[in-house]
Amino acid sequence: MTSAANGSPDAAGGSLGATSGSPGPTNGLTIAVPRGALFNQTVELLSGLGLDTAELRSNDRKLLFEDIGVITMRPSDVPTYVESGAADIGITGKDVLLEQAAQRGGEGGREVYELLDLGYGRCTMVLASKAGPDPAAEALRRLGVMRVATKYPRIAERYLEETGRQAEIVEVKGSVELAPLTGMVEAIVDLTATGTTLREHDLIVREEIVECTARLIANPVAHKLRAREIDKLLERLRAA
Amino acid sequence: MIHPIPSGTRDVLPDETREVRAITDALRGVFERHGYGELYTPALEYESVLARADMAEAKPAYRVFDESGAALVLRSDMTVPIARVVATRYPTEEPPLRFCYLAHCYRGVRPQRGQPRELLQAGIELIGAPAPQGTAEALGVLCAALDTVGLEGYRIGLGDASLFPSLMAGVDVPEQSRPRLLEALANRDFVGLEEELSGLGLAAQDMELLLEVPQRRGGPEVLADSVGVVASAVANMREVHELLTPEVAERVIFDLGLVRSIGYYTGAVFEVYDPALGAPIGGGGRYDELLGRFGRPLPAVGFALGVDRLHIALMGEERGTGASL
Repeated sequence: MTSAANGSPDAAGGSLGATSGSPGPTNGLTIAVPRGALFNQTVELLSGLGLDTAELRSNDRKLLFEDIGVITMRPSDVPTYVESGAADIGITGKDVLLEQAAQRGGEGGREVYELLDLGYGRCTMVLASKAGPDPAAEALRRLGVMRVATKYPRIAERYLEETGRQAEIVEVKGSVELAPLTGMVEAIVDLTATGTTLREHDLIVREEIVECTARLIANPVAHKLRAREIDKLLERLRAA
Repeated sequence: MIHPIPSGTRDVLPDETREVRAITDALRGVFERHGYGELYTPALEYESVLARADMAEAKPAYRVFDESGAALVLRSDMTVPIARVVATRYPTEEPPLRFCYLAHCYRGVRPQRGQPRELLQAGIELIGAPAPQGTAEALGVLCAALDTVGLEGYRIGLGDASLFPSLMAGVDVPEQSRPRLLEALANRDFVGLEEELSGLGLAAQDMELLLEVPQRRGGPEVLADSVGVVASAVANMREVHELLTPEVAERVIFDLGLVRSIGYYTGAVFEVYDPALGAPIGGGGRYDELLGRFGRPLPAVGFALGVDRLHIALMGEERGTGASL
């Protein structure tokens, strides 16, 4: 049973779950941590807050680190766990948030707070095509439509729509670079940090769509009921 | 044979129905005891009639055409139909008028997110009772309803829909930039809000104010050092709070950044949170201009609870586990 109602508003958080109330750097909050490209810097950040991350670093098969209030998952699952309340806060890339955002400003976006730009994991969402005369431009001129392969169909669709171009979006799950090389599409929309992979496949960046960095997100109910813990953490992260 | 039903809808079988019935009976009892008479309205309404209200994101999602070609919609809430009822059926009745409902409403969904297309709402509308008394009465009924069904850990977030707009006006944010800032706030995107603000060339302290004030939430201390431009919104919140009984007042979390996605709210807005559920159980607020759009200008306030969400939260509390670990 919960006891939040009996306390002052600030005491409201004390009852959110088994790990709550436990002292420590995260004040008993459950954090969703992304495996993959953002993992190392996220663990660094958490270490910097004083969290004991030894097991988190050493055991990459484990998912649930209850004693430090951490759960790990792929970055695109972070908003799902945070939205549901299974995690109070989480860290994921802006690319993930944009891909899961509402399509035309309307409803359907993830119900999470985006609290802080953590600055790391910086990369750029780009439109790229094969070097030489731009095959996408040619397709658009002669066929009226360009085919674009991407792992980010919503971002790609929104961007091409906003820039007034007709496009056929082809969603792929694996190496996007393959799609233009085989002639399946004329262009790709993908995330690039250094551009090395693109260069290796003879692709060049035609347009930069948006810069993406790691973001701190929070569950909308935890944001109210555990305001003090979340604000304290925010303050420390801002200072870090 | 398996015959599908649309995603976001479901059949409710006897075991569940018994539990839901216990909740709805209890809610109905509380509403009736407080003088709120239950009513039914048609699930289908003329699109042109409901469109008088500014529903913003919650506008009806399903549209059909009748025999004569008129556009009908499935209602997306009960507040707008009740505004229609008041203007049409109670054109001269002495206010205040009190209504309650237990009714299904229909919303659009995004696929594979477990969102309901059809949701059972329980709520009240208090028509003709201005702030702050009317608001305080509605909050009292809300807490009585939640107490009666046995929810224990809930809190009420209380904000004011006029707060951020008056903040923007107060520091002279250009008129054309205001909708974008409000949208960032409604999307809960404080990083986006900061980005939008930094492009406006505002004075540093004004920018700080626009970023910091909507992140204030907690006990009465968050109202303490309120700045001039939000003074009236904060005064409204304080007035409501002073009228609440101690049991209701201690449930309240002041939230200077609370924004509801429905467009017709004008003053106090509120949401119900419980540690056992990751999403608000319900919410409401003042809609002092909605009735006027239907031809009977009266101040009003109301709330709606999602019965299914309430059921999940009750079960979560019973098991002693929140949605969290």
